[in-house]
Amino acid sequence: MLDILRDNWLYLLVGQYPDGPLGGLALTLILAAVSLALALPGGVLLALARVSPAKALRIPATAFIWLVRGLPLIMVIFWAYFLVPIVLGMAVPGYVTMIYALAFFTAAYLAEIIRAGIEAVPRGQVEAARAIGLSRGQTLRRVVLPQALRNVIPSLVNQFVSLTKDTSLAFIVGINELTYAASQISNRLLDRPAEIYGLVAIFYFIICWSLTAWSRRLERKLAWGR
Amino acid sequence: MDFGFLLTAEYRDAIVAGLVVTLELSALAAIIAAVLGIILAVARMAPFAPARWLSAAYIEFIRNTPLLVQLLFWYFGAPQLLPQVWLEWLYDRNFEFAAGLAGLACYTAAFVAEDVRSGIRNVARGQMEAARACGLGYLGAMRLVILPQALRTMVPALVNQLLNLTKNSSLAMAIGVAELMYQVREVESRTFRTFEAFAAATAIYLALSLVITLFAAWRERGRPQPHARHPA
Repeated sequence: MLDILRDNWLYLLVGQYPDGPLGGLALTLILAAVSLALALPGGVLLALARVSPAKALRIPATAFIWLVRGLPLIMVIFWAYFLVPIVLGMAVPGYVTMIYALAFFTAAYLAEIIRAGIEAVPRGQVEAARAIGLSRGQTLRRVVLPQALRNVIPSLVNQFVSLTKDTSLAFIVGINELTYAASQISNRLLDRPAEIYGLVAIFYFIICWSLTAWSRRLERKLAWGR
Repeated sequence: MDFGFLLTAEYRDAIVAGLVVTLELSALAAIIAAVLGIILAVARMAPFAPARWLSAAYIEFIRNTPLLVQLLFWYFGAPQLLPQVWLEWLYDRNFEFAAGLAGLACYTAAFVAEDVRSGIRNVARGQMEAARACGLGYLGAMRLVILPQALRTMVPALVNQLLNLTKNSSLAMAIGVAELMYQVREVESRTFRTFEAFAAATAIYLALSLVITLFAAWRERGRPQPHARHPA
């Protein structure tokens, strides 16, 4: 296994970069980070719509969340590959489509996490904010959301872990991230797939497990602050 | 948009065959994952340190690596690791299905184990102490006293894992298991009716989620709510 690592570590980390397109673990992390950055505002808006008293907001948001959470991610990815070029009216590179798919998928999961965070903020906070003259919007922005988001930070980190694992599905649509890079090496070496996929699993494990450990520490720290 | 073509014998049979494979794969993986998950959870809390370490290492490693990589490992890596006789036996049957089943069951078991563990924790400590004081061993106390109480409180979490498993089974298409997603893609590439084929798959997956959720709610109906941990 070590000789595979010695011969291929650079390819697994960055793909053919700088002589070719960026790939490998770097692309995996970029896919995950950009998708999360896009999904976060989407998730907040969906969560707000989901708890909104206005039916016109609540029902579509609830339906969207239920729909996306009921589907396998690969189904969402296939839909994205079909719909994104139609909606945008032009061809888009594969990794961009992948980011759209991951962001949509993750937004639905984040929305439920953030909703739980909003509902966990004591009602007295809203009443007190309204009583000192803050408008509804100000109450939400300055009182409810800061507390809600702070409480869900560990869950957000866990969602990032799931997202990092989920980027491996880009392999199925042929994007040269870590899993795809592993399959390329496996095709080249032919007779050593167990070692290569084991090695790549260790790559994922190092990233995901450190993040999980970080989220557990955050959870303890937040519990202290209360 | 015309869904009629999906009802012609050729395409309808392909999709139904795919659905059957999805159901078989999910059901078998669920059974294996439940058994393995309970064993892992019991080992994770055993009064014997090496059992705890092994179980914890398994759970952490599996939960923090992608299912797809694990499936690729089982499918491509197993031939490198298993004895020739086993491989021939598997190749005579359905090697893809076996690899998919192994991957899904091992992956889901790690998640089930964590749910079972928190279920066991919610059973009052005194139960274990009393069972041990009555002369039962650790495993006997787990099997006869703790698990029967813990499993009842875990139903919602386990149903959630079953939903995840059913959705996750779609990844087996990547190693050539002819399940629902695989068959729908076949139909799509033969007919170029992408929208209709994907819409059919979407409807089937949502219906599966709905059936599992409703079935669980129906089973739970009228049962006394499991009570929270007793004060010590």
